[in-house]
Amino acid sequence: MRRRQKAAPVAPVAGTGDTTENGAGTDGVALRLRGVTARLGGREILRDVDLDVPNGRRVGVVGVNGAGKSTLLRVLAGVLHPSAGDLSIADAEGTLQDSHDVSSRERARRLAFVPQEEVVAAELLVGEMVALGRVPQTRPWARGGAGERATVLAALDAVGLADRVDSPCDQLSGGERRRAVLARGLAQQCPVMVLDEPTNHLDVAWQLRLLELLAERPGTLVASIHDLDLALRFFDTLVVVGWPPGADRAREPAGVVAVGRPVDVLDRHHVHTHFGVGSVQVPHPHLDQPHLLIHPREDTSSS
Amino acid sequence: MSHGKKSRAPRTRRRLPFWPLVVVLVLLLLVSVVVSLAFGSEPIPVGEVVTTVTDRFTGDEPGRWDVIVWELRLPRALLAVVVGAGLAVAGAGMQTLVRNPLADPYLLGISSGASVGATAVITTGVLGALGIYAISTGALLGAIASAVLVWLVATAQGGLTPLRLVLTGVVLSSGLSAIASFLVFLSDDPRAANSVMFWMLGSVGGATWIKLWIPALVVAVAALAMLAIHRWMDALAAGPETAAALGVNVAGLRITLFVGLAVLVGVLVAVSGGIGFVGLIVPHAARLVVGARHRVVLPVAALGGGLFLLWVDVLARLAVRPQEIPLGVVTGVVGAPLFLLLMGRGQYRFGGER
Repeated sequence: MRRRQKAAPVAPVAGTGDTTENGAGTDGVALRLRGVTARLGGREILRDVDLDVPNGRRVGVVGVNGAGKSTLLRVLAGVLHPSAGDLSIADAEGTLQDSHDVSSRERARRLAFVPQEEVVAAELLVGEMVALGRVPQTRPWARGGAGERATVLAALDAVGLADRVDSPCDQLSGGERRRAVLARGLAQQCPVMVLDEPTNHLDVAWQLRLLELLAERPGTLVASIHDLDLALRFFDTLVVVGWPPGADRAREPAGVVAVGRPVDVLDRHHVHTHFGVGSVQVPHPHLDQPHLLIHPREDTSSS
Repeated sequence: MSHGKKSRAPRTRRRLPFWPLVVVLVLLLLVSVVVSLAFGSEPIPVGEVVTTVTDRFTGDEPGRWDVIVWELRLPRALLAVVVGAGLAVAGAGMQTLVRNPLADPYLLGISSGASVGATAVITTGVLGALGIYAISTGALLGAIASAVLVWLVATAQGGLTPLRLVLTGVVLSSGLSAIASFLVFLSDDPRAANSVMFWMLGSVGGATWIKLWIPALVVAVAALAMLAIHRWMDALAAGPETAAALGVNVAGLRITLFVGLAVLVGVLVAVSGGIGFVGLIVPHAARLVVGARHRVVLPVAALGGGLFLLWVDVLARLAVRPQEIPLGVVTGVVGAPLFLLLMGRGQYRFGGER
């Protein structure tokens, strides 16, 4: 049972090929997991995960509920220490460093992490909450002057909440709160962002708007997402967290079962295997993009 | 962006500007300290108090009130301010450490541990060699012992997480209180129960200049230390996951806070007994008027707590003269309705609780 469950070779594992050719540059690796096993409350959630997050790319993480997407992101973000295996984080020059050699503060300067659900501190104004994103960059006693205010306003403006900067956090709606927390991640101004379901609670327009915003932003992005159609269109690479076919999902820890280009990872066969639904990729009638249509059951006649 | 915009006008909560408030509180505190010296078993006209105090600074011949004002009432007033400020700061720190609005400085079982120590001294006469410092020393030892106990139990069960600290603290508090009661029960001295109760409810009577400087120093260092990491405290208050994502060493900060608060509260309990309510309500009141950031909460809470306990002590001296009421009685009687009033005024929330 302790076999190494390798990622299904749907495509060359992104990043590994480029690294040797280009060395430490924009094509290097921003985050690397090797042989990572992660536990939560004594239960093994992920086992033996290898993953390279290429520098400057957008990596989407997909998988069914409970597969371990959040756990994978927390390990990648360095806030959950793997029980086995290693996380490496690239420094400013692109050289990978073992996470144990990187202080929490330094890590938070390289990488901004926004958890999935967060109880926003009451009695904080929106601007004050977003200003928490400046904690890694500032001294713990610093007052936070006009420069910080400008950064906070710019981050809030990006998520359309600049006019709410002085509103109390608890007066925001669910979607607004989600955007405000993401603004905190933006205000952290890190080359790498790790976002756990950034589109959660957002209306359809804001889902698109936010993903476009993240796509325009230079730097590396790792984000989990449930909408497979959006996943297909907005990411350079997709990572599927789940189990190999035939695994006992209730007992066995999950792993990374596929890594590759979205059009390959989300082909009919893989979507059926990992998500249990039928699907078909069709060209969008007006846009030069593929679209993923989901239907309840795999229709075997349509191959 | 027009979508997602609510038609309701954004309500902004009324907050007081920080610096003007601090200036007002400091002035109020200075005036209060001087004015409070007039009250006591022997009323002194405020004008006389002022001349007595200024005489000291100008080096003039001491007047007839010099001993009462300078040796008895001023140290007592200042100790009330120091203890009040310390309890408020400790309460704010504790509420952040365990992320619980009901946390008070005594959460870690420190006051119960201290009461076991103090009770042991009162009922059995151990540490008698230390004279007037016996009870304080006993209380301090008890406080430290209980903090160590909470630490060991919480760590053995998996770490200083908020929930574990709260549960361990509450359970050990009950256990230690029972031990203190048992010690009283065993005692042959009928007055022991009375003095134990009086001690537990707190007092700043018997303050001297010598007794003042240790708590003053500890409170000042603790408050400044917390203020020096106010951003990390804000991050910790936002939750452990968020704090970790923001590069805060959560485990290290929790341990530092725990040790610092244990020392702070241990010293406060040793000099003044277990004065309730101040550490619970003053931080909340401060958050209501200036918002939740520690940079503003800590100074306002410290000043407010000092001011509050100063007047509580005056009330305790005056209410049923010539007897003195324990401070814990006054803080409870005054604090409870005051706090309910404050809570009702704003739509006050803490950590997302509604």
